[in-house]
Amino acid sequence: MRKGKVWKYGDEINTDVIFPGKYTYSILEPEEMARHALEDLDPEFAQEVRPGDILVAGKNFGCGSSREQAATCLKFAGVQAIIAKSFARIFFRNAINQGLPVIQCSQAVDDIKNGEEITINFSEGRIETKRDVFDFAPLPEYILEILESGGLIPYIKNKIESQKKPS
Amino acid sequence: MGQTFSEKILGAKAGIRVKAGEIVIVSPDYILSHDNSAAVINEFRRFGIEKVKQPNKIVIVLDHVVPASTEKYAQNHKVIREFVQEQEIPNFFDVQNGICHQVFAENGFAMPGKLILGADSHTTSYGAFGAFSVGIGRSEAASVWATDEIWLRVPETIRIEIGGKLPPMVYAKDVILRIIGEGGADRANYKAVEFTGQAVHDFTLASRLVLANMAAEMGAKNGYFFPDERTFSWLEERAKDEYEPVTSDADADYEAILKYDVSSFEPQIACPHTVDNVKSVSEVEGLPFHQAIIGTCTNGRLEDLKVAAQILKGRKVHRAIRVLIIPASRREYLLALQEGVLEAFVESGCLILNPGCGPCLGAHQGILAPGERALSTANRNFRGRMGSRDSEIYLASPATVAASALEGKITDPRRFS
Repeated sequence: MRKGKVWKYGDEINTDVIFPGKYTYSILEPEEMARHALEDLDPEFAQEVRPGDILVAGKNFGCGSSREQAATCLKFAGVQAIIAKSFARIFFRNAINQGLPVIQCSQAVDDIKNGEEITINFSEGRIETKRDVFDFAPLPEYILEILESGGLIPYIKNKIESQKKPS
Repeated sequence: MGQTFSEKILGAKAGIRVKAGEIVIVSPDYILSHDNSAAVINEFRRFGIEKVKQPNKIVIVLDHVVPASTEKYAQNHKVIREFVQEQEIPNFFDVQNGICHQVFAENGFAMPGKLILGADSHTTSYGAFGAFSVGIGRSEAASVWATDEIWLRVPETIRIEIGGKLPPMVYAKDVILRIIGEGGADRANYKAVEFTGQAVHDFTLASRLVLANMAAEMGAKNGYFFPDERTFSWLEERAKDEYEPVTSDADADYEAILKYDVSSFEPQIACPHTVDNVKSVSEVEGLPFHQAIIGTCTNGRLEDLKVAAQILKGRKVHRAIRVLIIPASRREYLLALQEGVLEAFVESGCLILNPGCGPCLGAHQGILAPGERALSTANRNFRGRMGSRDSEIYLASPATVAASALEGKITDPRRFS
């Protein structure tokens, strides 16, 4: 069970407004990426966001470029999960591979209000608002393991290291 | 309920019966990367292991900035060549070979029923040969090198039935632009797109590649055609391995079935700055531009070059237009040379570049200045992609680009039929 305050936005939030293209080769540190998260959509976000906050959006979240920094900057800004009506495919993968949970649930998005506190139960696949409860397909165990490891690279690294150890 | 093409291939790889929406862990047949292999190598080094798991599955083609235009690119290429040698990766294609998607296909890696991963969004191309092929990120490519495994979600399928016969001067590029324009850039997000029907049955493999390549611009995970005699004959002396053709069952579950009759289609053009901003060429005729590009992984094969050359032959390109010709590969370059196609280009005033990605991604060889406008046969027209943020890219067929290059303004190619 995880609680968090909601930042709610609309449809088609593309990777350029999440993390502007002009920074893709000049900003390399995740903490600095976080300071520019959603810069061209909501300049207040990066200053006001708190660890554990939840991003809620409409359809095709993360469309556009394949830049992995779009997921990295949100994760390091403290976002603990993104709930959207749908995700662009490459962003969806990049988010999981960066250790940032992504949940697709249209009904919840319609109900959730900006600024309110909601609860996500990942293992049971449930979102609770003050008014209602919404089910989402729980992420498969393999994906949950990647998320719990903090992303794909640490997940694979742990796996390789545990295989190296004598049993 | 029967199964779709994607359910069958991913199920066979996972060793279980699967349906759309499930996530499977699978081992690919091949994994492609290009100049970005240098970044993939950096991620791979973080694992602390010495050897890639399956060097024979790795295919690396240098194509994005070839030959290297700066010291930094040269260093990247050097790192890749050294890694290839160190890891004993047999399938490495250096700068002289052409664009990865064309080189991959020409060398027989794109086979029916295979699962192909590529660290490039246009990896969807190999669906032209009946493969399940999908683009992935760089850190994912590194982990596949290390583990020979990846997680994939089994996609839902949109079936697109394309009937009728193409009118003169209307080509595969016009068909896919029209479909993207009507459906939008997210119509097929995370989904498989199955291209079928009489019109695509009549398509050459070069034409099928245009549709499969641009399936990525509808957001598709993969786009494919069922293999047929054309596919089998192309693979006869090329196939790297044995293969088993896969098709969807007649009672497979489709998310949607879309039907088109191309008999009434007109030449199409994607206007700035999104690929789904599509109009008929006749609606934007007369618009002046500065640079024409005929080539790329979308439209740089002999078939495309011939169409353009037929329009340009015996005529001179407009003096205000710079026309860049970029064959998709060394093979296509040679075929065009042997058929006199390149001669027609040179005589008409075009500039022929070496096979490669050229200016398509804005790295070198024909960058646009502020206020300039390009008309290209490529697949993307995002703002700033080919240079200045204040430049514009229009996308069309080789026929439309060639006709427009003669007139110095966007021109309906049917004027030259």
